Amino acid sequence: MKQDRFMLGGQEFQSRFILGSGKYNVELIQAAVEQAGAQIITLAVRRANSSSEGNIMDFIPEGITLLPNTSGARNAQEAVRIARLSRELGCGNFVKIEIMRDSKYLLPDNQETVKATELLAKEGFVVLPYMYPDLNIARDLVNAGAAAVMPLAAPIGSNKGLATREFIKILIDEIDLPIIVDAGIGRPSQACEVMEMGAAAVMANTAIATAGDIPKMASAFGKAIEAGREAYLSGLGRVQESGGEASSPLTGFLRD
Amino acid sequence: MRINGVQKQYHSGLTVSEILMRENFEKERVAVELNEEIISKDDYDNTVLKDTDVMEVVSFMGGGSQ
Repeated sequence: MKQDRFMLGGQEFQSRFILGSGKYNVELIQAAVEQAGAQIITLAVRRANSSSEGNIMDFIPEGITLLPNTSGARNAQEAVRIARLSRELGCGNFVKIEIMRDSKYLLPDNQETVKATELLAKEGFVVLPYMYPDLNIARDLVNAGAAAVMPLAAPIGSNKGLATREFIKILIDEIDLPIIVDAGIGRPSQACEVMEMGAAAVMANTAIATAGDIPKMASAFGKAIEAGREAYLSGLGRVQESGGEASSPLTGFLRD
Repeated sequence: MRINGVQKQYHSGLTVSEILMRENFEKERVAVELNEEIISKDDYDNTVLKDTDVMEVVSFMGGGSQ
């Protein structure tokens, strides 16, 4: 069977599950990463605590690619500042751009995101912009040098699922970069569905952080994402317009 | 000088390294900005702070989106 490779920023990944590290105990990170089979984990950049308070880096297993986000940025300039600081922290050049002006729905500012993508791509970052799924903006992000496009499924942290399904499908069909669905995915079945549609990967945080058993839910997401990918690669069976169609032979019935 | 938004009473002439030590920050786990310019780790020992400086010390925290 042909190898199914997920390439991002010149690196190859086996896992298509990007795990968030927010809103749960850092001591569960290792178990969540292992259960999910995740190879990429997102982090935020914030004012540091003193060393006595411990550091999340002590809890992230070796060999995991870090994807710092620019959360807290309200415009392109602030996102660039956070991205540069994250690179200075010495863990690679991946960055997930998040720029929000709206604090109620946490919707990304698409225009500022394009600006930040262009600036950071020129500085050699592997740029993964979080965006509202709009085809024109996605094309602008491609031209700006993005490494992938990360459309939202529903508002961040809402667990509402695939509210933007049709528009994510348009991006999958029209954009040549990996489409990584981020935000709002609340259940493994929704992650599976978007992978069946042809998304390259799924990112989830809150669905796992707010689950009863965090490592177990991470595992469930990992399996759902794999299942969805396999289904996509298989080519889904057709949908019958109306009526049923037998899948057992229509001969040899035990009747006259 | 201001460190992470808090006014501090350090005298001028201390280096970034010295401030990090006094503030109990782990050098390997932070990035430093002085007046919005990033200071590379190699320069922590030879960058001297003034009274009016604004220093930001950041590190990674748990986070998914926003």
